[in-house]
Amino acid sequence: MGEDLEFFFALMLSGASIGLMYSLIALGFVLVYKATDAINFAQGEFVMLAGMVVVTVLGAEAPLIAGVVVVLLVMVGFGFGLERVVLRPLLGRPVVAVIMATIGVAAVLRGWGPLVLGIETRALPLPIGDEPINIGPATLPPIQVLGAVVAVLFFLVFSWFFKKSRMGVAMRAVADNQQVAQAMGINVERYFALAWAMAGIVSALGGIVWGAMLGVDVQLALVGLKVFPVVILGGLDSIGGALIGGLIIGIVESLAAGYLDPYVGGGTKDFAPYVLMILVLMIRPYGIFGRRQIERV
Amino acid sequence: MFHRESGVFKTTYAADMALYPLPIAKWTMIALAVIFVLIVPMMVHEYYLSILNLIFIAIVGALGLNILVGYTGQISIGHGAFMSVGAYTAANLAVKLGLPFWLTLPAGGLMAALIGVVVGMPSLRIKGLYLAIATLAGQLIIEWTINRVPAISGGAQASIEVDRPSLFGFAFNTQGRLYFFLLFFAVIAIVATLNLVRSRIGRAFVAVRDQDIAAEIIGINIYRYKLLAFAISSFYAGVCGVLYTYYFGIANYEQFQLIVSIDYLAMIIIGGLGSVLGSILGATFVTLLPIVIRIFMENVGGLFFTAAEMANVISGLRLGVFGGLIIFFLIVEPEGLNRLWRNIRSYFRVWPFSY
Repeated sequence: MGEDLEFFFALMLSGASIGLMYSLIALGFVLVYKATDAINFAQGEFVMLAGMVVVTVLGAEAPLIAGVVVVLLVMVGFGFGLERVVLRPLLGRPVVAVIMATIGVAAVLRGWGPLVLGIETRALPLPIGDEPINIGPATLPPIQVLGAVVAVLFFLVFSWFFKKSRMGVAMRAVADNQQVAQAMGINVERYFALAWAMAGIVSALGGIVWGAMLGVDVQLALVGLKVFPVVILGGLDSIGGALIGGLIIGIVESLAAGYLDPYVGGGTKDFAPYVLMILVLMIRPYGIFGRRQIERV
Repeated sequence: MFHRESGVFKTTYAADMALYPLPIAKWTMIALAVIFVLIVPMMVHEYYLSILNLIFIAIVGALGLNILVGYTGQISIGHGAFMSVGAYTAANLAVKLGLPFWLTLPAGGLMAALIGVVVGMPSLRIKGLYLAIATLAGQLIIEWTINRVPAISGGAQASIEVDRPSLFGFAFNTQGRLYFFLLFFAVIAIVATLNLVRSRIGRAFVAVRDQDIAAEIIGINIYRYKLLAFAISSFYAGVCGVLYTYYFGIANYEQFQLIVSIDYLAMIIIGGLGSVLGSILGATFVTLLPIVIRIFMENVGGLFFTAAEMANVISGLRLGVFGGLIIFFLIVEPEGLNRLWRNIRSYFRVWPFSY
């Protein structure tokens, strides 16, 4: 295998593992959109909050497992509470209102989160060592591998959940048609709350993985900006789409950084995904797997 | 504006649309003009004038965003970037070609309008959340481009220093002098918007917002009006960016990041969507809020925080309070401060007989 090809595959693998970690966060976004038709502009802040909760618990000399349990409880509670307090009063209001409300939630979390849980950047150590793992031509930090594995596991669990479990089927019914679902005896509002709580669970895991990779401070919320290219590419309401979209965005980002950075002096990573997203919006706004329901104007 | 009517006596549409519903309204305007042109600059300390100046700039930007979001119903999370386009255009023209402000200002606005139309292009195919995401991408791409291209950003710190504007040899180089400069443009923006929204174009915007299909059926070319809304709105944003540049004497991309777009959205939501008075109230409120928080924290916060922590605490508090207010107004009073003002007025219209 030539040097060039090896470089290419290394970029691909590294991009794919990062991409899977993007998918993990995008999953939270898709779950909410699928069930409630609400756009969550605060997904990155969810992740930040989760990361901050974990490091705060760890900072109190508690074992990691305690941190995981606490963050899961906190994020589930937060998801329920948020739906109850902010989203439910906005039911039936224009899309723009819901978007603005989640932007408001993002600002609140970004403002109060660091004040309450600590401003300074803190490391989130996971007991997986620092020894890089060699996979074929690529050398990946263990946290990336762990993140990718967690992401894939979550996708398997959620695929099963939506296909087979009673709750998952009910959620799909709610997503499809709220009135009919209600007529079938499904408590629609409860499933809305459930969707937000599930987004909380996913964000908790995302917060642990991304926090371990980047360190925990306000900047962690910026990860959320990458969610949009992923979900637009994959399709806003498709769980498989989030997976594929994340992979593609991760790989595009990694390849762009590998091949273009030397010419433009860095930073392509933060640029290429959005260009790709604009193209997708122009050509195929519902994404690869999304429902073709977008309203033409 | 402050007068109390004894009832509604309008019998024609023209009377309903009039800028001055009663002769007394004209006198109110004259009184306001005297206060703002003569009394305020003479009586008020320079520091407070500088705050008023910031409010004037914010009013221009908020009016522009309200035309797009409040009147036309299109969302934009990219207005901070449009401002930066205006700011850098003007700064480059002023520094490299030595043009005066009365050329750089419209040039900045026009450039922003052009970019705004390009970013708004997706609105022809998509709406709602997709448009929000597309404009978000526009914001990030423009930020990145300005930051990376030295020809635009002026190199190292991505900032360009600009001389204060001057007219016929009179330099607006103090806050007191800038006051008149900025007041002039704020008034122009207010009058222009008032007239725009009661014109044919303004009514078309409202029609597109309320029911786009119906608007198309009654013969409104929605493609044209959507792009026009983006163009006008980003023109305001560009002018707002140029004014910021002249106010600070420097064009810096850090003044126009994503958070600025959100500040302006907060202004129009808190003030009231689709209302000129609301834009003014919202711009005033959002500009004053961080100053009030800072003064409050400087007096009270010393008890809880060290001086080093204070900067972080203040910026966090500011963001948190903003977010909270956005949510609060969306849920409790979607029509914002403007609605509260109207409620007060209609209460006093029939006072003391409230039925």
